[in-house]
Amino acid sequence: MLEGTKSTNVESLEQIKNRIEAAIPGARLEIMPNGSASGQHSILVDNEHGLRIACFLRDDPQLRLDYASNVTGIDWPETVIKEKKKTRQLIEGVEREIEETVETRRPGYLEVVYHLYSMEFKHGPLILRLRTGDRAENVHLPSLTPVWRAAEFQEREIFDLFGIRFDSHPDLRRILMWDEFLDHPMRKDYVDPDDFEYEPTAHGAVLDRASQHRQTS
Amino acid sequence: MRQAARQAFSKHEATNLIDEGLRSELTKQGIFTTTLEDLYNWGRKNSLWPLGFGLACCAIEMIATSMARWDLARFGAEVFRPSPRQADLMIVAGTVTKKMAPQVVRLYNQMPEPKYVIAMGACAISGGPFKQGYNVLKGIDRYIPVDVHIPGCPPRPEALLHAFMTLQEKIDRQHLTGPDRPRHARADVAGEFPVPAFGEHDLVPTMNPEVWQPPQHAGRD
Repeated sequence: MLEGTKSTNVESLEQIKNRIEAAIPGARLEIMPNGSASGQHSILVDNEHGLRIACFLRDDPQLRLDYASNVTGIDWPETVIKEKKKTRQLIEGVEREIEETVETRRPGYLEVVYHLYSMEFKHGPLILRLRTGDRAENVHLPSLTPVWRAAEFQEREIFDLFGIRFDSHPDLRRILMWDEFLDHPMRKDYVDPDDFEYEPTAHGAVLDRASQHRQTS
Repeated sequence: MRQAARQAFSKHEATNLIDEGLRSELTKQGIFTTTLEDLYNWGRKNSLWPLGFGLACCAIEMIATSMARWDLARFGAEVFRPSPRQADLMIVAGTVTKKMAPQVVRLYNQMPEPKYVIAMGACAISGGPFKQGYNVLKGIDRYIPVDVHIPGCPPRPEALLHAFMTLQEKIDRQHLTGPDRPRHARADVAGEFPVPAFGEHDLVPTMNPEVWQPPQHAGRD
């Protein structure tokens, strides 16, 4: 749902999704519901049509999402999701309700989130998501810098800290860390250098690392 | 009297000091005595020219110190130099990121001797609240010798003034000759320090062991 003050055409996310699918044949979109109080649901967009969908959102006369306010990354490592399911089964002739935990393995992937607003209609945000194939090789996503120039530095930062490669980005270099740096520090499995040789007031996780350092060195 | 002074001078020649009682007695008689060392240190400590560079929010407090309300000019140190070649005091005011650390060391190397360093604020002395981060240096004293550390986040201008006065006292105690003379008076000690390189995971090396080493019994177990 787009919230705006001056907007005359407040559309629901479903309507926007349907209009995109009508305008761009073959586009695969999915609405990701947000269960929190803010209720800011987002649209997951497929990588092949990402650039065209972005152009549509910017140029559509009803939406005119001309301003990418924020671009950020999320790291979703591989996890096992445990779900409790209640099933009815016949046990010794009596039907009973049994609780079962079903474990499903969800492979890891990286996500980029774009917060889009319209300066013209003063509405927004529309939240756009793009998802990589995995966390190792298939980390290429279309760059939306050709659509919104404001995304240039933020996509560089996401490349630096998460390791997502933005194809057709005009200047994809590290922006915060130095060029020789190899790691991506915002990934969940990043291990920072073992420089815990002097921790005078250590506690918690730092204390563990400091005592580990003292044992090994 | 003059003979006594000569005796006193020869007596303290080794340490370049005049007996304080004798000196005040001479002053009462209208005779001003000094040593070259005292005169030299007096001139140096009252014209410290800081290098004008700030790294983070501590720099705002440093700027405030140099303005009218706290008036660093009282200490002869209001001339913030835009070039390291003209400065003899480096105030490391703020968070030193690992990406910035080589440049800070290089600026220090470019300053002419005698040169001094004030590490201002929690970040500059230890990394502060960012100590456990992946991108912040855990104190600039790992690469260059620091004369005065100021804690605080950020330290108030009064704290920086106190650091100035502490540094002035330190300069006043320095000897031109003798075994404990400072680095700039020794030909055998280099005034430049190795600039760390950008490594694949961290700065290389992570510290200069000649400048800083972790204390032996540091931290709790």
